Amino acid sequence: MDLSFNAEERAFQSEVRSFIAKNLTDEMKRATALTPSVFSDPDIGMAWQRALHRQGWGAPGWPIEYGGPDWTPAQRWIFETESARAGVPNVNVMGVKMVGPVIIGFGSPEQKNFYLPRILSGEDYWCQGYSEPGSGSDLSSLKTRAVRDGDDYIINGTKIWTTHAHHANRMFALVRTSDGSRQQDGISFILIDMKTPGITTRPILTIGGDHEVNQVFFDDVRVPVANRVGEEGKGWTYGKYLLEFERGAGIASSKLREGLKAIADLAESDLTGRAIDSPDIATRISEVEVDIDALEMTELRVLSALQTGQNPGAVSSILKLRNSEIRQAVTRLGADVIGHDALAVEPMRPLYKLNHEPATPEEMLTVMPEYLNGRAYTIFGGTSEIQRDIIAKMMLGI
Amino acid sequence: MDLNLSDEQRLLRESADRFVAESYDADHRRKMANDPLGFSPSVWKQFAELGWLALPLPEEFGGLGGGAVEIGILMEAFGRGLVSEPYVATAVLGAALIARCGTIEQRQASLPKVADGSLKLAFAHSERAARFDLAKVTTSANKTAQGWRLAGSKVAVLDGHAADQIIVSAHIHDHRGPSGRIGLFLVQATTPGLVISDYPRLGGGRACNIELFDVHLPEDVLLGDGSDALPAIEWAVDRAMAALGAEAVGIMQTLLDTTLEYTKIRKQFGRPLSANQVIRHRLADMAMQVDEARSMALRAALKVDAAPIERARAASGAKAKIGRCARFVGEQSIQLHGGMGVTEELEVGAYFKRLVAFDTLFGGSAHHYARHAELGRRA
Repeated sequence: MDLSFNAEERAFQSEVRSFIAKNLTDEMKRATALTPSVFSDPDIGMAWQRALHRQGWGAPGWPIEYGGPDWTPAQRWIFETESARAGVPNVNVMGVKMVGPVIIGFGSPEQKNFYLPRILSGEDYWCQGYSEPGSGSDLSSLKTRAVRDGDDYIINGTKIWTTHAHHANRMFALVRTSDGSRQQDGISFILIDMKTPGITTRPILTIGGDHEVNQVFFDDVRVPVANRVGEEGKGWTYGKYLLEFERGAGIASSKLREGLKAIADLAESDLTGRAIDSPDIATRISEVEVDIDALEMTELRVLSALQTGQNPGAVSSILKLRNSEIRQAVTRLGADVIGHDALAVEPMRPLYKLNHEPATPEEMLTVMPEYLNGRAYTIFGGTSEIQRDIIAKMMLGI
Repeated sequence: MDLNLSDEQRLLRESADRFVAESYDADHRRKMANDPLGFSPSVWKQFAELGWLALPLPEEFGGLGGGAVEIGILMEAFGRGLVSEPYVATAVLGAALIARCGTIEQRQASLPKVADGSLKLAFAHSERAARFDLAKVTTSANKTAQGWRLAGSKVAVLDGHAADQIIVSAHIHDHRGPSGRIGLFLVQATTPGLVISDYPRLGGGRACNIELFDVHLPEDVLLGDGSDALPAIEWAVDRAMAALGAEAVGIMQTLLDTTLEYTKIRKQFGRPLSANQVIRHRLADMAMQVDEARSMALRAALKVDAAPIERARAASGAKAKIGRCARFVGEQSIQLHGGMGVTEELEVGAYFKRLVAFDTLFGGSAHHYARHAELGRRA
C-alpha cells in the first residue's frame, strides 16, 4: 500500500500543472472564485472546456475511441485534484459526465457521431429534464408525456430544477411514452432541441440570490422519434445509469479541501478579526478537515479498487452523501467565520462584474450565497434520505 | 498510489481472521473476563508461533519488519474477537520505544525476546495531573552514585500487571534540578519500591496504577543516551493510536453485523425492525461511520513514518474521528438491541465497552481535535 505517486504519475502531475498554468487566465480564476453556484457561467465554463478539448482532455471518463484520454483512476485523481487546487472553472457536467456516457452506452451510431463531438468541443450546452413539480424523490412517477405522431413525439408537461436551462441549447429528458404495469415502465430517454417551438423557460431564484435553476414547460413540442436514445420504454434504466454517474463521479474531496482552505484563510485574517482565535472555530475547522481526510481516503480506496477492476458497489451513495454533508459543514463554518459580514446581502450577479463597491470585502462575497444555496446539496441528485435508503438496500441488504 | 492489499497482507488477514474465529469465541471471552491475568498465556505462545509478535520488530533483531498497515490488519481481527492479550503494550508501544531509543545492546537484549514471546513489556507514562498531555511528567529520575532513583506515580498503564519489564518515563533531574528532558527507564517489574495495583480494564484485559517509592536502579536501565525522549514518546503513542484505531474498526464492524442481523430477526408490530425506515437509516449511518473509521485508521497507519507534524495530525485526526464514530456505532448498537442491549447476557455491551475504552485511551475526541487544530497552526 502506498499513498504516494510513482514517477509516471508525478510526471503526469507536472503535465497537468503546466497545462493549467498556461490556460487558466486570471479572469477565469477570479470569475470562478466569485461564482456561488454549482456551475460557472457558460462563457467561463465553456472557455475552459475548449481548452481541455484542445489538449485532448475534454472528457476524462469516456472510452478512448470517443475521444477520452484513457487515464488510469490515479491520473483522474491527479487531474481533479490539481484542477481544484488551481481553482479552474466548474464546467457544467450535464454534457460530458451525464448525457455523454448514456449516448456512448445506449445511443445509435448516428447519435454518437452527431452529439459526442459537439459535447467535447463545447458547441452544445446541455440541461437535464428529470424532476417535475410532482415528481421529486419519486422520480419515476413523472408525468410529462410524449405521444407518438408519425415520425415525431408530441411532448406536453413540465420539468423543474432544470440547471442552466436558460443557457442550454439541448435537454435530455425522461418522458412517459406509455403506461406500464410498474411506474418505472413506459419511460423513454429523449434528446430535445431547446429552440423547438412550444418550449418556455421560467427562472427560479434560489435563496442565495442566484439564477441557476428553472422550470421548463412543454406545450405540444414536436421532437423526432430519432431523438430517442435506446429502446422506447427503457428510459428508466438509462436514467438510473446516469444517476450513478451523477453520484459516483467520486473525486470531490479536493474541492472540499480548497473550500475549507478559503474559509480557514478568512479565519486567520484580520478581515474576520482572526476568528480562528476562538477555540470553537479552530476545533470546527479541524473537525471538517478530518471529515475531508476520511472522504479522501474512501475515494482513494474506491479508485484503488477500480484500478484493479473491482466493483466498488453502493459506496457511490456514501460518497455523495458525505460530500454533500461536508460541503454544507464548510459553508456553515464560513457563515460563522465572517461574523458581522453575514448580514450583508449583495443582490447583483455576476459577483465578478459588480459595478459598485460591495458592502463586504471581495473574499467574503460568496460565503453567504454558498451557505444558502448549499442547502440544496443534500437535496439534488437524490436526497440524503434517498441515499440512506440505497445504502440500506444495496450495502446492508435491508 | 495503491491502497489494495498485497498478497502477503491478504494472507495475514486471512490467518488472523481464521485464528480469531476459531480460538476466540464468547466462552473464551467470558473466561478471560474473570481471569486474574485477563488473557491466556497459551494464546500468547500461539501469537509468537504465528510470527505476530515478531511482525512489527526490525529484522536485525529477530523481527519481520512489518509496518503499521500489517499491524492494523492484525488489530482489526483482534477487535472482532475482543482479544485481550497485551499485544499493543508489548509489541507496538514497548517494542517500538526500545527499537527507537535503545542502544544496540538494549535492543539486542530485549527485542528478540519480544519476538519469541518470552518478554512482555508495558509503558508507564500517564500521570493523573497530566491528563492527556504527553509532555507533562512529574515522576522524577535522580542520578545516584550507583545509577538512578525514580519516584512518582503512574496511572492507566496498559497490561502492566503482566509485564516482565516496564518502560517508565521520568523527568531527569541533575544537580540544578529538573533538566527539561524526559528519560525512559527499562525497569524490571519485580524491582523493590515499584508497586503495581492492577484492575480489570473497561472492555476486557487489565490495566494498573504504579507507585514508584524511591526505586533504585542501575545505570544501564536508561534507554539510549538520555536525550529528551518526548519526540519518541509522541511517535510511539501515535503508532499505538493508529493500531488501536484499526482494532476499533474491527469492533465496530462486528457490532454493525450483529445489530443488522438482529434487526432482521426481531419482530415488533408484526414485522421485522429493519422494515422501518427510521431503523434502516440508522443502520445506514452506522455503516457509513464504520467506513469512515476504516478510512481514517488506514490513513493514520500509512502516515506513521511521515514528518512529525503530518504524522501527529493524521494520528490525532484518526483518534478523534474514530472515537466519535465508535461512540455512535456502539451506542446505537445497544439502542437497536433494546433492553437486551444493556444486559451482560448479550456481548454487545462488551464490544461497546471496549469502544468506550478506545475513545478514552490517550485522550478522547475533544482532546485530539484540539491537538489537531493546535498542530495545524504550528504547521
